[in-house]
Amino acid sequence: MKPTRKNNVLPGFGLTLGYTIFYLSIIVLIPLTALLFKTATLTWADFVATVTSPRVTASFRLTFGAAIGAAFVNAFWGTLVAWVLVRYRFPGRKLVDSLVDLPFALPTAVAGITLATVYSANGWLGKYLEPLGVKVAFTPLGIMVAMVFIGLPFVVRTVQPVLEELEPEIEEAAACLGANRWQTIARILLPAVTPAIITGFALAFARGVGEYGSIIFIAGNMPMKSEITPLLIITKLEQYDYAGATAIATVMLAISFLMLLVINLLQKWTRRYTA
Amino acid sequence: MSIDVRGVSKQFGQFTALQDISLTVPSGELVALLGPSGCGKTTLLRIIAGLESPDSGEILFNGQNARQNVQERQVGFVFQHYALFRHMTVFDNIAFGLTVKPRSSRPSKEKIRSRVRELLSLIQLENIADRYPSQLSGGQRQRVALARALAVEPQVLLLDEPFGALDAQVRIELRRWLRRLHDEIHVTSVFVTHDQEEALEVADRIVVMNKGKIEQQGTPDEVYERPATPFVFNFLGNVNLFHGRVHQGQASLGGFAVSSPDHAETNDSPAVGYVRSHDIELERTAADDTSFTVTVRSIHPVGPVVRIALVTTTEGTSLEAEISRDLADRLQLKIDETVYARPRRVHLFVEDYQI
Repeated sequence: MKPTRKNNVLPGFGLTLGYTIFYLSIIVLIPLTALLFKTATLTWADFVATVTSPRVTASFRLTFGAAIGAAFVNAFWGTLVAWVLVRYRFPGRKLVDSLVDLPFALPTAVAGITLATVYSANGWLGKYLEPLGVKVAFTPLGIMVAMVFIGLPFVVRTVQPVLEELEPEIEEAAACLGANRWQTIARILLPAVTPAIITGFALAFARGVGEYGSIIFIAGNMPMKSEITPLLIITKLEQYDYAGATAIATVMLAISFLMLLVINLLQKWTRRYTA
Repeated sequence: MSIDVRGVSKQFGQFTALQDISLTVPSGELVALLGPSGCGKTTLLRIIAGLESPDSGEILFNGQNARQNVQERQVGFVFQHYALFRHMTVFDNIAFGLTVKPRSSRPSKEKIRSRVRELLSLIQLENIADRYPSQLSGGQRQRVALARALAVEPQVLLLDEPFGALDAQVRIELRRWLRRLHDEIHVTSVFVTHDQEEALEVADRIVVMNKGKIEQQGTPDEVYERPATPFVFNFLGNVNLFHGRVHQGQASLGGFAVSSPDHAETNDSPAVGYVRSHDIELERTAADDTSFTVTVRSIHPVGPVVRIALVTTTEGTSLEAEISRDLADRLQLKIDETVYARPRRVHLFVEDYQI
């Protein structure tokens, strides 16, 4: 053992880091590298042609657009749900608290079929929305609804603990200084939970982008209109166009990675006050 | 601005936090609410602030009913754990109260800036305006919290255990600083503490509370020199109890006699004598019948004083004496040695028959 070596209270840094890298390699890095290698069998011209074909770009717009929209919806309503669960004590609170996790547990296909049934023209909710001119099932709106459904727990579960940790004195201090309820929410509470909301947003967004099972049942899957990128990839695979499928996946991966990176930087900026 | 508390009671479920409290804080004074934890002192402070509403009774500011809601009551409140806004710089924290004022009465940006600068120099932290609370020490945070409370020019300043979360040395420094600050700005202030030393050193007046009631109020000298109840005596400093009887101004308390002119009318009643541990003198020879013999049990030097645990030879009751290091050096006491103890000052409370 080298004399300069720093002694930690808990030994095993080398072992745990080694394991982490090994694990990440097997689970994440190697499959992703394989993806890139498969894509590399295409020529650059073929690659560009595949990923810029109108049907593919339309699916990118739809998938990322709907995922961002759904993440925003979840950021707002999820925060509200978290607030209600943390701040109020009401009969059935534990039940509501457990309900939040259901989208995690339910097979996504079941969720998709259920949503499609409920929102279709003669479904429970669809029959009231249809006369108002709002079509949910088999439209891009339906895709967003499915993404909102599966993304909800992420925001609630990241915001909830942060809200729980906020000291009530902070609000009392604001009130003593003359701030009204809205000023306290806008200037004290929201900034304090914003990093958590952004984390939840990022997770819900990522989940939405990758969602397949629940969406294909409610989307209608019409090319150029309601066809999401994951479905397009499956279609390519079914046609034995493996390189084409991986090309689309590579672009999807790059966009997702970039967006998550931006979100992380944004989050770091909102947390700049922590020492 | 004077504060009047009139007949305030407060109940939390089965627990009575305050029982018919009446209290006057004269304008410009610094008053300490002193008591053990759970005595209701913080509840009283929060009711004065408007953060809690009393079940009955009222709070008057300058003889008029205080505003119902806390936003309009114009109180500065300082919390034990600072309650600073973590995502704001020191500057923004202090400016907060000014920036949330309605547009019509909000000062201009320049005015806010100069006011914050003024407060920063008052709390002697001009150089840290751009730091975040997490980058400050506890003492600095509490000073920022104080500046934030003072920014809106409150009518009264209320402090809830303001030094409770600080370490001993910072605590002493900061409380002296608070005293000097109060001498400068003279805002009517009430602070809650369970530390009798802090109350005695800082406050103009002390209100001693116990179990939701006021035991005694007065200047620090009054409550220390003339405690009104056994509780106050017990709470302010270390004390020894001597059980005995009092008869026509003469008390005999387990081995020694003491004259008590206050109780000249009392006929043979049980009584308890209270003697502070620094009021017990130790001698090698008996002076008169006010001395009694004690056995030394243990000797603990604590900084400038030496605490000596004793047991009386006649009754076997435990006592504690506190003598100076000089005297301890001269006496050269040894454990299990028998010496004479003489109480310099005895406060006698005749026991209530009802109990």
